[in-house]
Amino acid sequence: MLIEMTSRGPDSAGVAIYRDPVANGKTKYSLAHDDLTYDWSALSAALNDQLKANSTIAQNNTHALLVADSDESHVKHWLSNFDPSVRLVGSGSTVEIYKETGLPEDVYERFGLASASGQHMIGHTRMATESAVTTAGSHPFATGADLCLVHNGSLSNHNRLREELIRKGVSFGSENDSEVAAAYLTWKLRQGVPLKQALEDALDDLDGFFTFCIGTRDGFAVLRDPIACKHAVMAETDDWVAMATEFRAIATLPGADTARIWEPKPATVYAWGNESVTEHLTAPVTATGTAPSTGATP
Amino acid sequence: MNSLDLKTLGLRSINQKLQTLDPGTNECEWVIENPMGQHAIACGLNMPLNVTVDGHVGFYCAGMNQHAEVTVNGHAGVGVAENMMSGRVRIKGNASQSAGATGHGGLLVIEGDASSRCGISMKGIDIVVGGSVGHMTGFMAQLGHMVICGDAGEALGDSIYEAKLYVAGSVESLGADCIEKEMTVEHETTLADLLEKARINKNIKDFRRYGSARKLYHFDIDHADAY
Repeated sequence: MLIEMTSRGPDSAGVAIYRDPVANGKTKYSLAHDDLTYDWSALSAALNDQLKANSTIAQNNTHALLVADSDESHVKHWLSNFDPSVRLVGSGSTVEIYKETGLPEDVYERFGLASASGQHMIGHTRMATESAVTTAGSHPFATGADLCLVHNGSLSNHNRLREELIRKGVSFGSENDSEVAAAYLTWKLRQGVPLKQALEDALDDLDGFFTFCIGTRDGFAVLRDPIACKHAVMAETDDWVAMATEFRAIATLPGADTARIWEPKPATVYAWGNESVTEHLTAPVTATGTAPSTGATP
Repeated sequence: MNSLDLKTLGLRSINQKLQTLDPGTNECEWVIENPMGQHAIACGLNMPLNVTVDGHVGFYCAGMNQHAEVTVNGHAGVGVAENMMSGRVRIKGNASQSAGATGHGGLLVIEGDASSRCGISMKGIDIVVGGSVGHMTGFMAQLGHMVICGDAGEALGDSIYEAKLYVAGSVESLGADCIEKEMTVEHETTLADLLEKARINKNIKDFRRYGSARKLYHFDIDHADAY
């Protein structure tokens, strides 16, 4: 799906893979550093030493997956102090985020995605419009524990909204407009607003064009702005559900030729998933289905 | 029946083949296999061919069609049959946005639902949708007919000119200068004819007609002071 969308976004690519949930009390952290030779085991050792934590770390190219048992906010705080050049890309019990600049095919190879498997996966290829082509400006953007966002479109009120969110204590890693949407959701969810409500509020507070795909622990959600200029297509079979900007990204999935294909409506929150999604989405969702294997490539 | 495998032959070669057939040819029946959601399939056809696309197509399928009859056994992406001049295009599944946009003639049938902006700026095409349509359908529609067997989304027929819209289901809202109009015997005859051509079985008595109030596109002498 990712590689098929290269012509739409050759600048950078990224994926959020939902797999291998860690035991209770532990958290996965997707970390990134520009230096391929960065000493990740030193980071893990220092964390164990300074926070009395039990952590393991595994490098995957420019990224590393840290699993630690300490309190999540303590670890995040420690990380930002320990080495500000280490970027926290995502965290949660299940999600792993990998993203880099370059052609989707190269990113795919870099992180060994051909052999990656999981319950569901969100992918994105980027054609940069509003901000520079950087790893930090690549999608997906984490928006909280096991939550991430990918965006097709451009937001017109991102500067003002970013300033507002900074005043409220939300931090940013890039000048990217999509990161503002992710930060907006992070901030809403931090206030205890359920995901469905946060997405509905986004319809009022975000100005511009967007088709969002939001990865959750057990599934994903889709939201399009009220004008719905940015494409989106859904495909559902008894075995899987997929969302993409164009059907050609879905066409190679097994059974796609007989899948039910339709376009999500504007200004409507759609969600697929199991318990934790319905936990987030307190109101009934517009469309439902199981999501043993999900892909999205806005 | 001639078969063309898009996966093997590629899009350009297939479109060129169909666009450059000898006018006197007897090879009028074609099937395009493995469309895989690719864009611009069966575009610019200009002969009375029968082309079946066996699967889901991407954007702009059967655009600029003249004389040909194109059937898609699946879903159609954005802008199916855009700027069609004549002929027929039938989508067995749903269609994405801007189906039949700017079409000058011919008949577009979507058996499922069509998304937003269906028939935008249509200029003479007839469009029959078996299901429902999204918002801004018939935006600036100038000429032709649109039959919607299901519901219509927000702002139906916004800034409409002389196209005639028939809707069987509910209309979420009417766009600027679009109003409900009387359904005369003449309109019922036209509607029955379109449904028959589209091979869609629906009672004409279920439909209401919408069109232009003609207040928006004429200069109004009462507003002369505003200039």
